[in-house]
Amino acid sequence: MKRFIGFIKKEFYHIFRDRRSLFILFGMPIAQILLFGFAITNEINNVDIAILDHSKDASTEEIINKISASKYFTVKQILTREADIETAFKKGKIKAVLNFEKHFSRNLIKQNQATIQIITDATDPNTANSITNYINAILQNYQQEKNRAIVVEYQIIPQTRMVYNPELKSVFMFVPGVMTIILMLVSAMMTSISITREKELGTMEILLVSPLKPFQVIIGKVVPYIFLSVINAAVIVLLSIFIFKMPLQGSLILLGLESVLFIITSLALGILISTIAETQQSAMMISLMGLMLPVILLSGFIFPISSMPVALQLISNIIPAKWFIIIIKGIMLKGVGMAFIWKETLILMGMTLFFIGLSVKKYKIRLE
Amino acid sequence: MKTIGYIIQKEFKQIFRNKGMLPIIFILPILQLVILSNAATYEVKNIKFAYVDYDRTSTSRALIEKFNASAFFNVLTDFPSQEKASAAMLSGEVDVVMEIPNHFERNLLKKKTADLSITINAIDGAAAGVESGYVNQIVHSFNKDVKMSIMNISKNAVQPVSIESIPSFWYNTTLDYKTFMVPGILVLLVTMITLFLSGMNIVREKEIGTLEQINVTPIRKSQFIIGKLFPFWVIGIGLLTIGLILAKVIFNTPMLGSLILLYAYTSIYILVILGMGLLISNYTDTQQQAMFIAWFFVVIFILMSGLFTPIESMPKWAQIVTNFNPIKYFVEVVRMVLLKGSGFMDVLPQLLKTLLYAIIMNGLAVWSYKKVN
Repeated sequence: MKRFIGFIKKEFYHIFRDRRSLFILFGMPIAQILLFGFAITNEINNVDIAILDHSKDASTEEIINKISASKYFTVKQILTREADIETAFKKGKIKAVLNFEKHFSRNLIKQNQATIQIITDATDPNTANSITNYINAILQNYQQEKNRAIVVEYQIIPQTRMVYNPELKSVFMFVPGVMTIILMLVSAMMTSISITREKELGTMEILLVSPLKPFQVIIGKVVPYIFLSVINAAVIVLLSIFIFKMPLQGSLILLGLESVLFIITSLALGILISTIAETQQSAMMISLMGLMLPVILLSGFIFPISSMPVALQLISNIIPAKWFIIIIKGIMLKGVGMAFIWKETLILMGMTLFFIGLSVKKYKIRLE
Repeated sequence: MKTIGYIIQKEFKQIFRNKGMLPIIFILPILQLVILSNAATYEVKNIKFAYVDYDRTSTSRALIEKFNASAFFNVLTDFPSQEKASAAMLSGEVDVVMEIPNHFERNLLKKKTADLSITINAIDGAAAGVESGYVNQIVHSFNKDVKMSIMNISKNAVQPVSIESIPSFWYNTTLDYKTFMVPGILVLLVTMITLFLSGMNIVREKEIGTLEQINVTPIRKSQFIIGKLFPFWVIGIGLLTIGLILAKVIFNTPMLGSLILLYAYTSIYILVILGMGLLISNYTDTQQQAMFIAWFFVVIFILMSGLFTPIESMPKWAQIVTNFNPIKYFVEVVRMVLLKGSGFMDVLPQLLKTLLYAIIMNGLAVWSYKKVN
């Protein structure tokens, strides 16, 4: 036991001696969560649009004023010919063009109907769709004002209540995701590198001939990183509560325990990577190239899993981050207890055991 | 020139000798491009929808039938009470609950208006907005049906004015997300591979101690750096080529613009990334440090590139920060050239900024590289 404690001490010295890595280790997650918490959003805001007005009359002016008054749109350009639309889009700044037909007011008054064409740059389908919806809402609003005199009869009025996130803040969606990515990548990368480093420098041989058992060596390697990751997790949770005003509806203790579980899962994955990789370079490439995009894309962090093709929905089940994101959102936003997240917790535990089992099997205590 | 040739030869040999790295450099990115491009969709479909019907009349059933018929909603179960439905929402089984109150039909017929309560899980705010929009559309169209069936609108009543809007989606008429995402993800993979490889390369020689051996040879600083970086430039271009071929063959990504323009831009862009990698290499002592820094920048670059979330939606200060993000320019250029067919003049601003970036980065990298400690 004394030997083992001595070994853990050595690992701590290794980490604390390398000031630069330590700074990156703590500074980076904080910088990232601040940056992303404020900056990443898929809400539509300040979209630059252009107007092609063939009538230039009272109604079109009213509508244009209404649109430029909304916080969603900025009218950047007034076009005069249809051909200008193409040029405006190709430059890339203008995302939509409103094309008013000729005699707009006259049509509206005489025939009670007028037409607007909403042309969007649909290279980004999401933005194009949202722009169309927002403009339609503004137009709808305009019509209602015009029609106020006429009573519209028989109406079902949906009263919509947005639960768990009434202001529809995208921070609530992204902060758990960013936290997961940081914990996952930092933990997996750190352990895989620290073990392969000993291999590459040749010091692993020295450890293997020491009286420490192989599993003690591995545990000793991991313990300091559990400690560091827990501090990281705590800092991120504090930032998300105090700076981004994320509610913590559920139990803080449960959140802490689940975070420790997830950290252990990630560390176990790191150990597994280190048993496969021979050099630090390949360990890092596997943990960065192999984990980064799948974790960002398949965890439900940015894109909803339920909209993906079935095959990818199945694949997403093997991403530990997916389950941890469900757990964090459940505890922080919905305030659920163990009764609702036992399944996710069991899955994470199962994955951890699987990773550890596989590493033990693959772990070589002899030199080739 | 001959010296550079030798060092390039050495680098290529080292890359191809490491059998473990080859699949990571080529197979992994390509697999990710092919698989993950399918995941990146903001479309909201298969919404888990449940209802509580306290009214149980023909009108309420007709409304539910309307939701059932919609392609967006998977009508789940009929919950007996709001409490049960709330519990299901807590456990994540449902995302939207519609509660039809008592006397729904009676109110509609007598008071000409009836309330309907909709509860939406809004953790994903954007999706919740879309879901709410779908619900409103369905209710709106149901309102029309009710008007038609219950009351006969007299022909000579005052008609309300209506503005018809015709949406027209240019460059991607079917709103296919893959068209949008494939070029972007390709950009990411090219960037990640070249940055990680170049960032680790020199620092690795430092760590193992072979850098000193090279430093005592008569090779010049610039020769050494060019020789080191050239192989990664080739790998980056190679990856782009494979990716473009796959994009065409598998995803049928439109390629409207000039590929020569795209390659010309990419050639300069990779220089930026390589310069950045070299700079990281110079300022770190171990591969671990180098990777942490590279990782830090890559995550920021990816999430602030406009690839997954639009840059216009970011706060002003964040938009200013994105101007320093090389991936942003590459994502813009690749989408403009491939999807819109933008020409040289259209992408000139991005091209010039990238060129400037390349000069600064490589200048700094060469300046900070010291043969003697």
